[in-house]
Amino acid sequence: MTNAWTDIKNTDLVVVMGGNAAEAHPCGFKWVTEAKAHRGAKLIVVDPRYTRTASVSDYYAPIRQGTDIAFLNGVMKYCIDNGKVQWEYMKAFTNASYIVKDGFAYKDGLFTGYDPEKRDYDKSSWDYVLGEDGFVTTDPTLAHPRCVWNLLKDHLAPYTPEMVERICGTPKEKFLKVAEMISECSTPTKTMTSMYALGWTQHSSGSQNIRAMAMLQLILGNIGVRGGGMNALRGHSNIQGLTDLGLMSHLLTGYLTMPSEKDETFETYMSTRLFKPLRPGQTSYWQNYKKFMVSFQKAMWGDFARADNDWAFNYLSKLDVPSYDVLRMFELMYDGKVNGYICQGFNPILAFPNRDKNTKALSNLKWLVTMDPLETETARFWENHGDFNPVDTAAIQTEVFQLPTTCFAEEEGSLTNSGRWLQWHWAGGTPPGEAKHDTWIIAQIFLRLRDLYRKEGGAFPDPVVNLSWDYADPNEPTPEELAKEINGRALTDLMDPADPTKMLVPAGKQVLNFSQLRDDGSTMSGCWIYSGCFNEQGNNMARRDNHDPDETGAYLGWTFAWPLNRRTLYNRASCDLQGKAWDPTRKIIEWDGTKWSGYDVPDIAPNAKPEDVGPFIMNQEGTARLFTRGLMRDGPFPAHMEPFESPVANVFNPKMRGNPVARVFQTDAAQLGQSDEFPYAATSYRLTEHFHFWTKHNRVNAALQPEFFVEISEELASEKGIEKGGWVRVWSKRGSVKAKALVTKRIRPLICDGKTVHVVGIPLHWGFTGAAKKGFGPNSLVPFVGDANIETPESKAFLVNIEPTTPPQEGIA
Amino acid sequence: MMDSPRTAVSNPPVQPMETNLTPRDLVRRSATAELPPPERQLTPVAKLIDVSKCIGCKACQSACVEWNDTHPEIEENVGVYDNPHDLTENMFTLMRFTEWINPENDNLEWLIRKDGCMHCADPGCLKACPAPGAIVQYSNGIVDFIHENCIGCGYCVKGCPFNIPRISKVDHRAYKCTLCSDRVAVGQGPACAKACPTQAIVFGTKEDMKSHAEERITDLKSRGYENAGLYDPPGVGGTHVMYVLHHADKPHIYANLPDDPKISGIVQAWKGVTKYVGLAAMGVAAAGAVLHGIFGKANKVQPEDEENAEKLVDAAEGRKEDA
Amino acid sequence: MSISKDVLPGDAIHRGPPVTVNRYGPAKRINHWITATCLILLLLSGLALFHPSLFFLTGLFGGGQNTRMLHPWIGVVLFVSFFILFAQLWRANLPNRVDVQWVSQINDVVAGHEEKLPEIGKYNAGQKFIFWGMAFFIIVLIGSGLMIWDQYFGESTPILLRRIAVLVHSVSAVLIIMLFILHVYAAIWTRGTLSAMTRGTVTGGWAWRHHRKWLKELAGRGRIDPAE
Repeated sequence: MTNAWTDIKNTDLVVVMGGNAAEAHPCGFKWVTEAKAHRGAKLIVVDPRYTRTASVSDYYAPIRQGTDIAFLNGVMKYCIDNGKVQWEYMKAFTNASYIVKDGFAYKDGLFTGYDPEKRDYDKSSWDYVLGEDGFVTTDPTLAHPRCVWNLLKDHLAPYTPEMVERICGTPKEKFLKVAEMISECSTPTKTMTSMYALGWTQHSSGSQNIRAMAMLQLILGNIGVRGGGMNALRGHSNIQGLTDLGLMSHLLTGYLTMPSEKDETFETYMSTRLFKPLRPGQTSYWQNYKKFMVSFQKAMWGDFARADNDWAFNYLSKLDVPSYDVLRMFELMYDGKVNGYICQGFNPILAFPNRDKNTKALSNLKWLVTMDPLETETARFWENHGDFNPVDTAAIQTEVFQLPTTCFAEEEGSLTNSGRWLQWHWAGGTPPGEAKHDTWIIAQIFLRLRDLYRKEGGAFPDPVVNLSWDYADPNEPTPEELAKEINGRALTDLMDPADPTKMLVPAGKQVLNFSQLRDDGSTMSGCWIYSGCFNEQGNNMARRDNHDPDETGAYLGWTFAWPLNRRTLYNRASCDLQGKAWDPTRKIIEWDGTKWSGYDVPDIAPNAKPEDVGPFIMNQEGTARLFTRGLMRDGPFPAHMEPFESPVANVFNPKMRGNPVARVFQTDAAQLGQSDEFPYAATSYRLTEHFHFWTKHNRVNAALQPEFFVEISEELASEKGIEKGGWVRVWSKRGSVKAKALVTKRIRPLICDGKTVHVVGIPLHWGFTGAAKKGFGPNSLVPFVGDANIETPESKAFLVNIEPTTPPQEGIA
Repeated sequence: MMDSPRTAVSNPPVQPMETNLTPRDLVRRSATAELPPPERQLTPVAKLIDVSKCIGCKACQSACVEWNDTHPEIEENVGVYDNPHDLTENMFTLMRFTEWINPENDNLEWLIRKDGCMHCADPGCLKACPAPGAIVQYSNGIVDFIHENCIGCGYCVKGCPFNIPRISKVDHRAYKCTLCSDRVAVGQGPACAKACPTQAIVFGTKEDMKSHAEERITDLKSRGYENAGLYDPPGVGGTHVMYVLHHADKPHIYANLPDDPKISGIVQAWKGVTKYVGLAAMGVAAAGAVLHGIFGKANKVQPEDEENAEKLVDAAEGRKEDA
Repeated sequence: MSISKDVLPGDAIHRGPPVTVNRYGPAKRINHWITATCLILLLLSGLALFHPSLFFLTGLFGGGQNTRMLHPWIGVVLFVSFFILFAQLWRANLPNRVDVQWVSQINDVVAGHEEKLPEIGKYNAGQKFIFWGMAFFIIVLIGSGLMIWDQYFGESTPILLRRIAVLVHSVSAVLIIMLFILHVYAAIWTRGTLSAMTRGTVTGGWAWRHHRKWLKELAGRGRIDPAE
């Protein structure tokens, strides 16, 4: 989230698209009801299903899953055509006026430079025209035909309301009503917030879905302001923390990136990461990359990371592929190239696409370790449960170790919520039975491994043997110790660079925040963006001061938000070029002639003059990008792409399937279904009664939503002879499930490109363990393809067929 | 007047509160003719359920189960979102989902109503109950079942205009929402209201809830719900659980919420005229019989009757012997 | 001589003196008393639930819960028991012309002027009225009772029907209780009647006075045992 949950109460318009906030985030959704009740805010829901969020909306428009880009491009076009743009904001704070190279173009659904063999673009033409000074050439009048603004207008030209209706199935008048309501938020005093979740990310063009809305928000002037922003609602209480701490194969902590094979030395690694400003006077904060990187290396290996060994850069593994994401790992397992798998707090058998493939992949392992407080299907993947898990147990040789861990209520630590708040919590109970904290388990594995490496050596024992493990009890680092390590401390006395006689931080003391981190090895910090969470003032994550001066929703005394306790990112953009708030009633910060101050921590250097320094300090441009150059694999503008399995062809290029640059493994390509065999558009989602695969173990939740079902329209039900509450079989090219039929008016057939499209909704909370009735998950049916940029599986749009059937068999067949 | 808790939100300001909802706070007690008047008046409370804010998340159901430590069964899916399928002795409140096409604009509306005891000012259950003290009404308006006095006859089910009480098959006692009387008595609001993430369920004094409802109705009218209104049905003297409805002109679209609930005329007849006239009639008949017995002349067999009988028998015997 | 409905198996005269007449055999008497006991228990348990002032009667059954539990089962026993009796007696209780005469002279009945009444068979119109009244109300009570027997049939009928049932049940109960009072009182007021249901016999004089036609028929058919 660019903003915070509590900030949503400040909005005038909530657009829930690519999510179902009321259903999946009912507690956070309270802020929407606050905005509605106290500001008269309106709520728009755009979704294939009339959801629980839609049930409290002011306006609902249906859409075919996987066509959000067309819809959003249509809205952008509507706003531009009707002059509903916050011109001053857009001109000053985006790259609209930047001139783009001549080679760049878009035709037949593809940008310049497409290579179908590689399934990739040559992105060299996707760039700005640079002047001799190294800065981008711009045309502030927006007259230049090659400026981003005019290229954008050209790009959006096909997305007329008629085209939106043709692609999305959204009736034209409903689309126009939504577009009109959104366009009203182009004034400086009206803001819109976008609340989205996996309904946008779980697509092969997921990143572009989000980009499209971000661009719309930018031209409406809604980024960095109160009640605005791009607000990703994270699906777990700490999934934000997962990405922040780099639990992804291509990331280190704090969005520092893993080196690739090309980064042979620390110097080459740094050369591609120290982004220089592209416009004069801009901050380009990543110029501090080295400070964070060296401090990270010092946190990892302490004294073994020294200037003379490039801060132990070679201790880091180097990626030979763009990423070892879950799809690639399971592909490797499926190919028999993985021996062991430590599965910590995850249930891939029900979460990852193509369950059949996952089961075979796990069956190819020598060993599997699961760490979970609850029984998971993954730990029991070898167990036959009749139709619910029809495996041949005797044929599976994988040795499974189930390690019971504690649940959140039995442990101390912090959870990072969607609004980037690190909220400390304390244990409310003692762990039952043999359950152990994850930290204890990991410590034990580490200590034993280290002993082995010490004894036996090996090809390269150094990164393990030399790992910094400086805890009071090496057997179990405490949450406080880990939090302090993440915050970082001075390793030698830190003197003020402006006044070398003045000591900032004595050696051994916690740094105040990442502004004190250095690239000379004198500081360490486990995760720079979290720095400030636990400094000499104490554990800031444990703060519980809920005062909120003037009720802005900032709550600066409540826990700690990264970065620097800032609640609204890009909040400099809430002010005009003179530094005055666009909307005086919704001031966040203001320039008083000498410095920035206000209700929130300014997202700009305190003394940066408003007319000189742009608000998007993480970007080289200092502005936000309507045109992303080569930063995204599938194009600098969002363009309509169909899902890999779609009931209709791409209207821009009927031969193009899915995202043209998304990775598809060979075995999976053969398992993509066609719409003649699988005519119905399926989507998956969560229900509010359950939390993933946890709560089916809880008898209360199980009673509230006891059994797996699929949702279909009355029209499809009567076409197929399906009865309400009867059993149906739903199958795709990859698998088959049996479910109860929930026949509803909330799903209606859509007309897309002249064709009737029936939607089949498949919720995801059932398996073969737990208190609820045994059932299936949608992942049995989902294709094994991911987003082109980040490999999030395309679980929200795929093709199935459906028929009435008999109940599944529980026992061994 | 003694104050009642005024909110159910998390972490309410905690004020020491004198214990209330004791037997001396009763204004009505089932099957009890002469109840001494309550020693004090508690501020009437109410729960307000804003259907237009409800997202149907069932947190209220969950909180209700947790607080009351009930154990609803894990049933099947029968093609609807309502689970369990009905109120039970283990499920005192239930989200009822209705898919309704608004005939005026052909738009779908998903109406989600939290069903449960309405805590009528004129409670039909209490009127119907034959067991003294099994159902009570406190001066703050809460209608509560006192389970140790309940005999499990199910009369309350017949008396209730909203079809709420359920009889346990295990302990044969009637169960329903207590409005968390055990929480309210110590200054807390009901568990469901506390758990409600959107504050679609709010709790406080009935007066506050009515004025809060007015604000909500104004907001709904501004959004085009011309018939938005408060459901506080006068037929049962008003209720201490009220709804804000977007379509208050037709409550029945919300999963058959009665348009004009009142205690059934049949129940009134049963618990009114039948009870009194019946008892009187039986009394008169019994007394009449006794009086007639004392003062009337008994119908006695006379000696001549016996003689006549003997003669008859002799004659018949004679015939028999003759034959 | 046509077969009379009035003479039932087991009816017989014993020569005196004094003459006695078998009116009810042991099976019928047991049957009657089971029915009567049930009716009294139902009356007590029912009244306990009918009016708060009588709730104390639940104490007789071990409390309210037990009263609620027992009442319907006793009703079932009564129903079965009564209809075994009914099957044997219904023909003798079919109305005839004499009953009309009897009813029209009800004042003479109440005044005890039986000499003015026509000769009566095994049952007079009053007894028949009680018989049929009992049968009718027992059917109504068992029917409505099942509908409100919450433990087993709580959800089997719509709420409106259950509400009607509970009203019908209580009104019927009041009426059957009044019928019961009439029955008991008549049996006491008409001296010598009780022995019919205790010893099974009545005196010849009783039969001559109240059911002369019946007695004559018995005598006429030679249903006379030798003197003991």
